[in-house]
Amino acid sequence: MTAVTPAPPATATRKVQRTTRTPKRSARESSRGYWIYLIPGAVGFLAVVAVPFGMNLYYSLTSWRGVGTPKFVGLDNYVRLMADPAFWASFLHSTAFILAMAVIPTALGVFLAAVLFDYIAPKFGSRAASILRATFYLPQILPIVVAGVLWKWLYQPQYGIINTVLDGLGLSWLQQNWLGDSDTAMLAVMNVLIWLQIGYTVVVFMAGLSRVDPALYEAAEIDGAGWFQRFWSITIPQLRPEIAVVLITTSVAALKVFAPIYVLTKGGPGTSTIVPAYFSYSNFFTTTQVGYGAAVASLLALLVTIIAIVLLRYQTRNAEGFEK
Amino acid sequence: MTTTAPAPETDRPTREPRQKPERTNRSARSRRGISGWTILILLAGAAALMIFPFWLALINAFKPSAEYIADGPIGIPTELDFTAIIDFWIGVNFNQKLLNSVILSGSVALIAATLSLLSAFAIGIGRIKGRVWILAVFMLAFTIPQEALVYPLFVLSRELNLYDSLLGVTIILAVLQSAFGTYMLASVLGSFPMEVLEAARLDGASRFQILRLIVLPLTRPTLAVLVTFFFIWTWNDFFLPLVLLPSASNQTVSVSLGALSGQYTSDPTALAAASMAGILPALIFFLLFQRTLMRGVNIGAIK
Repeated sequence: MTAVTPAPPATATRKVQRTTRTPKRSARESSRGYWIYLIPGAVGFLAVVAVPFGMNLYYSLTSWRGVGTPKFVGLDNYVRLMADPAFWASFLHSTAFILAMAVIPTALGVFLAAVLFDYIAPKFGSRAASILRATFYLPQILPIVVAGVLWKWLYQPQYGIINTVLDGLGLSWLQQNWLGDSDTAMLAVMNVLIWLQIGYTVVVFMAGLSRVDPALYEAAEIDGAGWFQRFWSITIPQLRPEIAVVLITTSVAALKVFAPIYVLTKGGPGTSTIVPAYFSYSNFFTTTQVGYGAAVASLLALLVTIIAIVLLRYQTRNAEGFEK
Repeated sequence: MTTTAPAPETDRPTREPRQKPERTNRSARSRRGISGWTILILLAGAAALMIFPFWLALINAFKPSAEYIADGPIGIPTELDFTAIIDFWIGVNFNQKLLNSVILSGSVALIAATLSLLSAFAIGIGRIKGRVWILAVFMLAFTIPQEALVYPLFVLSRELNLYDSLLGVTIILAVLQSAFGTYMLASVLGSFPMEVLEAARLDGASRFQILRLIVLPLTRPTLAVLVTFFFIWTWNDFFLPLVLLPSASNQTVSVSLGALSGQYTSDPTALAAASMAGILPALIFFLLFQRTLMRGVNIGAIK
């Protein structure tokens, strides 16, 4: 059963409604009784999302240490943020995480999926391809915190594997305090995230490729197109929708990244790996500048919401074009 | 975290899943050649690099720390030593964390799936007014960064005596995840066969009977995917449990490991043992739910 295929509701429902045979009146009457089923979800949404989000916006306009009464200060927090280098650093680092969680895994994922699908599978059988795919996917099963603990151990400067191996190879001049040095900390964290994300993109893109008409590849092969020509002219154009959606969703995830930073570096050394999520968290719970943290969180929410709306519109538009 | 999230749908004309012609015939095999083997070996090398950290955690979790200090992390242990694992297990009372995680993940998955089904029933079958907007709002609830909710949730749960209790976190995570489930199920139910519903109505079935006797059995496969995903998401979740479950007796597996990463760095095999303890349940879930998970990751890919 493959009922898990969400068609965008808007177009689908409109279409069905027109063909419903029930008279308009009774249809409306019957639809009224369905509201009751929305109540639990709506109450939950109000209590867990809408009200807290409103409160967060209010906090962002106050100066508050978490105890006593918040003091209303207008847009002061936002003005202060604009002059705070840590704030700008956190959003600048977000672009590095978009690179590590979205751009690089997507590029590697498309390439690996194409090699597995259009080279390994035909030459060595699809079993070889799926074993390799499963291996690339393996890091994806880990809770992100476990991945963090594991890599923290690998990066450990005295007895960690990386430095030990470098020492064994006589390359001890390459040894670093990987997470503790502001020159390498960011790259070390990015490396972990690339390792985590590749499996996801490989699996999604291979699934995408399995839907491409094999006749396309065969025709190209008969016409003498080499592997790279097929890659550029068939694989990439055919995967374009998947690539777009994967890029957008993983970028949103990259903007929200928190757990790897918490486990690996806590934003440091200094602010060299700070990200918006961790910056607001440390304002909330470490320095208890609640209003200031709330302002960071609100700006992050605004940015993520804009990207989410772009995503929704993109999907709806695609679907409409297809329906017609 | 969202790493294992179901892939976004991508709408594209669907074709009949045509059987791919067998290209692994004799002539193709004979054309494997040196370049073919080179590429296979390169890929296998890359794959080995991907699972190398798992391997290191495995061998070092059971290595006596004296041997680690003497021979380093690469060698295979000459004797199985459970000291590090046992120290970790008892030190953090890991049984308790496992139990907490199972209770939390299980109840969040069931409650979130129920909430999703109820809301999606109203939206997809009931076709209530403004459903497109309602869905958009639900979707935003799912994408909004939890940092923008966490402090108010911290304040509210303290006022309601739900702070540092699994119940409070259960409610919050169930609502957040049901936002996604509602979106997913509503579109599945939106294309539910109308004739079936009409027939049931003509036979005098009430709305609740339609939900229980018709919609629920027919959407069970989708619900199974959702329950599995909710369970794993909750198991992996870190941020809200970290903030809302401070005391050791309420912590989940993820939170306890996250808390641990700061300490424990003097003994070289301790972190390997801790990683291993975190990897094991994840590996078990993966093997148990493999098919469901892959189907979920490929949501939209198999039409």
